[in-house]
Amino acid sequence: MNVPYFDAASAEPLHPRAREALLAALADGWADPARLHREGRRARLLLDQARESVATELGCRPDELSFTTSGTQAVHLALLGAVQARQSAARGPGHVVTSAVEHSSVLNAADWLARRSGTDVTTASVDRFGRVDVGAFAQALQQDRTLLACLQTANNEVATIQPVADVIAACDRYRVPLLVDAAASVGWLPIPAGWSLLAASARKWGGPAGVGVLAVGKGIRWREPLPADDRENRRVPGFPNVPAVLAAAEALRAIRAERAASSGALRAHTDRIRAAVPELVPDAVVHGDPDHRLPHIVTFSCLYVDGEALVTELDQVGFSVSSGSACVSDTRQPSHVLAAMGVLTHGNVRVSLPGDATPQSVEEFLEVLPPIVARVRDTVRATSAP
Amino acid sequence: MTTPQRASAGALTPVPVLTLDALGKKCPIPIIMLADRIRDVQVGQHIAVLADDPAAKTDLPAWCALKSQEFVRTDELPARMDALGAPHEAWSFLVRRRY
Repeated sequence: MNVPYFDAASAEPLHPRAREALLAALADGWADPARLHREGRRARLLLDQARESVATELGCRPDELSFTTSGTQAVHLALLGAVQARQSAARGPGHVVTSAVEHSSVLNAADWLARRSGTDVTTASVDRFGRVDVGAFAQALQQDRTLLACLQTANNEVATIQPVADVIAACDRYRVPLLVDAAASVGWLPIPAGWSLLAASARKWGGPAGVGVLAVGKGIRWREPLPADDRENRRVPGFPNVPAVLAAAEALRAIRAERAASSGALRAHTDRIRAAVPELVPDAVVHGDPDHRLPHIVTFSCLYVDGEALVTELDQVGFSVSSGSACVSDTRQPSHVLAAMGVLTHGNVRVSLPGDATPQSVEEFLEVLPPIVARVRDTVRATSAP
Repeated sequence: MTTPQRASAGALTPVPVLTLDALGKKCPIPIIMLADRIRDVQVGQHIAVLADDPAAKTDLPAWCALKSQEFVRTDELPARMDALGAPHEAWSFLVRRRY
């Protein structure tokens, strides 16, 4: 039976080829790659091969690339290392520019810099599709004062693709380095040319959890923000997980061709959901750019229901989806992405399809959704009546 | 923290004819209360919703846009202290019935 796991943007099952590579590497790549003995040299060789392979796929040089323990750690190291290196060049606490819809790792690192070192942070606004306003972003850049700008390639909640090339051109004009967070788009979109620092997460491309990548472009000033350690080009502390890194490299090689092949069908599925949900469910709105978007993600909100209830009810009939509604998180803050777009934050459902999603499973989803929304609406009304 | 915004001419400040107290209620309940009661005021009259769920800051204007009602403005209410002594934000949202 085809299990409709529709939360691929949160995590995908380990790619079968990655699983094979992981098992082989557990046997061959367990030793410390920094050691000179036979076992260490073997682990080193495997790690170097993985680095070359991932660098080729991402379009960077192997010596620019370091493996981290997550995408979040890659973003933290990229942001803190770039800002602190330039702060120390006698520029003071400086200034950082991000967009309002960046991943929480970017926003949290910028906030941490603001609190720890008084760095001024400008958050560029987005339109109702979640697309960053290039004019506002460019206007926020200040030559000699802005130490770093950060932009995602695409948004993982609403799928909207960002105008990265335009923002890179603006950053070049003001000589501000740009951290490009490619986590949501690796395998779906080419890596944009012209980044200064690049971050991504293997978990988003069918690799194992616990592997991220950080690339620091040649000539980009960067200094380790944590106590110095010799590992990973002195960028990431600690013994690298060589088997997991090899599995990540193998998954990345495998998914590029697979995603190119599945992209058309997935786009048709998400087009279908985008068109059908407002017709089948009264008072439902679909979010994100209808055209310029990732093929596999679609997000919508239904008035008068809470998202957590929808996620739970859909789970009970076999559909695994996620929600950016406030009640799902512990923080009681609604999704910062939906809030920045000015769209309905409650009753939110994100469907992110795996590569093998079938038209039948999409139609089944569209069949079960309307009665579930109606039922949850009745329940909310019954319990909220004064 | 900004002071509540006031219209420059006092005479033009719209006065809500109905105020709904959704303090302590989580979204979507403030929106449901507004949807249920907006027809209790006449077209052109104002209705206020008091709420402290941060999602209401986005969702009340978004509801108005979806339903073609007029979202007039958000005013901050004086922060109250919660059980742990932390300030607890709350807002008053003003909506004008259009149809």
